[in-house]
Amino acid sequence: MNSTTSIVAILLAGILTNNMVLSKFLGICPFLGVSKKVNTALSMSIAVTLVMVIATAVTWPIYTYLLYPNFTYLQTVVFILVIAAIVQLIEVFLKKFIKPIYNALGIYLPLITTNCAVLGITMLNITDGLNFGLSLVNALSAGLGFMLAMILFAGVRSKLETADIPEFLKGLPITLIAAALVALSFLGFAGIGG
Amino acid sequence: MKSKNLSILTNGIIKENPVLRLVLGTCPTLAVTTAAINGIGMGVAATIVLVCSNLVISLLRNFIPDKVRIPAFITIIAGFVSVVQMLVKAFTPAIDESLGIFLPLIVVNCIILARAEMFASKNPVLPSILDGLGMGIGFTATLTLMGAIRELLGAGTLFGLTITAEFIDPMIIFLLPPGGFFVFGILVAVSNALAKKQGKPVVEHLGCANCPSRAACKNAVTDGAPQECEKVGGSDE
Repeated sequence: MNSTTSIVAILLAGILTNNMVLSKFLGICPFLGVSKKVNTALSMSIAVTLVMVIATAVTWPIYTYLLYPNFTYLQTVVFILVIAAIVQLIEVFLKKFIKPIYNALGIYLPLITTNCAVLGITMLNITDGLNFGLSLVNALSAGLGFMLAMILFAGVRSKLETADIPEFLKGLPITLIAAALVALSFLGFAGIGG
Repeated sequence: MKSKNLSILTNGIIKENPVLRLVLGTCPTLAVTTAAINGIGMGVAATIVLVCSNLVISLLRNFIPDKVRIPAFITIIAGFVSVVQMLVKAFTPAIDESLGIFLPLIVVNCIILARAEMFASKNPVLPSILDGLGMGIGFTATLTLMGAIRELLGAGTLFGLTITAEFIDPMIIFLLPPGGFFVFGILVAVSNALAKKQGKPVVEHLGCANCPSRAACKNAVTDGAPQECEKVGGSDE
């Protein structure tokens, strides 16, 4: 397969057609929780993208060279521990060396350990049989897709603040229905890139 | 004593239903409920993990140092998830197929970590098992209900049996992601309405009070960030 085409196809799929949040239902908690304002949504999704790419860079070699083919049943345990360790390390590293980024993203990092989008993407890379390079591209595109969904949804939610909402839908129900409409709009991308 | 145990068991089923009242575990709730049978499969798998991890964590609660408790809990949970994953793969491959990646993702299901943190790490063995069982039944029941609604509207069937498909055209949109969000929204609205009738608080945000990451989140609020925790932290910039 032509590698440039497959990179473009993976990017398009991750961002639009197979969007992490809106079509695979991974990372719903931050999607509903941290999307009240556009700037917090942006910081959270940058942190998620960063962790996704680094986690993939670490878990892919571990699976391919250590776990495969005899210890594949350890995948779940090993991946979640590696991700937890990576998140801690990133936090310590940023705190020590790159203070401004730590101040902007640090608070979101502890929330990412138990984020199913991160564990999900590292596992999907293995299930889909992608090579190392394409796995990284896939992680990046999933992160960017997450970012797009978060920012769009944060925009929709800021409009909801002033909208006249029926009493029984106030709060979480209207948020979910708004998410349904955003997901509906993403259905329009189905078919792009085959 | 007996009635106290009974109330721990029923607590998770209705009063603190993990999906509709605590709003935990939203990812699998939305993703696997395209058919009622998937809801049961996911629910039972999560219940087994929940009961086993609550049991072990409750037994070890005096030995796990406070500082590393979250990684320790995650490791215990991941161990049981692997066991359940292998069992499901071996005995019900069809369920394994339809749950896909969400089966191993039980490991990051907030319900399980939240119950470990909020309940099992503070309570003796028997109540912890009952709590896990109650929460598991509540999770299973809600997922099955939601799966049944989506299956009936989206495919006109129920547990694979044709119900309305012959005389009403199924609305496929209910099987697609938007339908998942929509049905979940309506279910939360109904549960809120019922809660209000009984004078209980309605659910406005995600289950922050029960979020396993709350400790980290509280610090965050003082720095003026994630707003979903404003109910707990109290400050809104």
